Amino acid sequence: MSLEILWRYAPSLLSGFGVTILCWSVGAAIGLIVGFAIALLQRLRLAPLRWLLRIYIEIIRGTPFLVQLFLLYSGGPFIGLRLEATTAGILGLGIYSSAYFAEAFRAGFSAVPLGQIEAATSIGMTSLDILWRISLPTMLVATLPSIVNLLIILSKETVVLSIITVPELMYQMQTMAAETFTAFTAIFAMAIFYWLLVEAISRVGQRVERRVTAFMTPARAS
Amino acid sequence: MQPQVIVHALAYLTLAAGMTIYVSIAGIILGMGIGFTVCLARLSGGPILARIGAFYVSFFRGVPLLVQLLFIYYFLAEFGIDVPAMAAAIGGLGLASGAYQAEILRGALNAVPLGQSEAATALGFSRASIWRRILLPQALRISVPPLINEFTLLLKASSLVSVVGIAELTRVSMNIASSTYRPLEAYAGAGLFYLAINLCLAGLGNLAERRLATGAAR
Repeated sequence: MSLEILWRYAPSLLSGFGVTILCWSVGAAIGLIVGFAIALLQRLRLAPLRWLLRIYIEIIRGTPFLVQLFLLYSGGPFIGLRLEATTAGILGLGIYSSAYFAEAFRAGFSAVPLGQIEAATSIGMTSLDILWRISLPTMLVATLPSIVNLLIILSKETVVLSIITVPELMYQMQTMAAETFTAFTAIFAMAIFYWLLVEAISRVGQRVERRVTAFMTPARAS
Repeated sequence: MQPQVIVHALAYLTLAAGMTIYVSIAGIILGMGIGFTVCLARLSGGPILARIGAFYVSFFRGVPLLVQLLFIYYFLAEFGIDVPAMAAAIGGLGLASGAYQAEILRGALNAVPLGQSEAATALGFSRASIWRRILLPQALRISVPPLINEFTLLLKASSLVSVVGIAELTRVSMNIASSTYRPLEAYAGAGLFYLAINLCLAGLGNLAERRLATGAAR
């Protein structure tokens, strides 16, 4: 263990951390938007479209992220999709997470009691109104825990991007390890760093969850 | 797209799929042992063991698998012990999966109503037979769907084992991609294999669920 080497490489490690955060946040944002769109489209009563989306979800969830990344990054140019490593990484994270987010949103929609939607229809609300005012608020609250969970999983998945040479934290650490022969220090620091990061995210997530779902749990005498 | 690339490489990919399945199953079994032990430690091992169990789960769920794999690969090397790639691969998958399986089991055990074990205690069941006859059979039934989910995740995570040099599906498709210059076909082929294995796993899971459901309260 040598802290001074970590200190000497601080600039490149910090830039790596920046790339990690960038990939994570933009990738997750793409995944959330696409996933939400998929969940909405699945609610349309169009059988062929639903099958297509189902197949998309099953393929994405049934194959490893690393293989998807390779397909996108090194297979992409053969169908005219030439991407830089970081762009490919962000896009890959977005595609990968969209399938999981879509499933989470779908489960959320089915958590809305049918009686509420029937009641809204019977008092003459339009279907857009029902979606906006009834389904969405309930469904977003119901899916929050799984969204936080997916965000955490996604933050760990960014390490895999180092394999396609995205200059994120893991990549910078490995560069440092190769230049200074300090593989153990590098990996040890990575482990501790991610552990703290994930613990912190999940603590914040639990806080937010408790806040947002406070109205659903009956108040306890305290 | 030149599908014949996949056809030519089919023998290699099939062999590699065998390796993927082997590594995954070994990881699952190791993870089961660890998961059961950690779960026991957390539920009835006294405060110190429970603390250690919670620490274990938090660490192995918090650190990315790729980092864990390299950590295992380099950690013992630091003390002059050469870890074979295969041991690092299976150990890494098993240690990580153990943390997830421990939490699945713990959740399932907590889902068994407390009244049942109280009733059993009142009837004079010993602690061991409460576990064996009342808690475990029900907990296993509850935990089958999340366990199958964990197994499919582990199967996909096994692609990361390629970084320590195991010739499994991802590694072999990388080699095929670089020797044929057809990455699209090579990785699509690997993806198809993963998909097929996962579908089989899901089928097995459904079967197990139906088997275990006999005798469940409706």
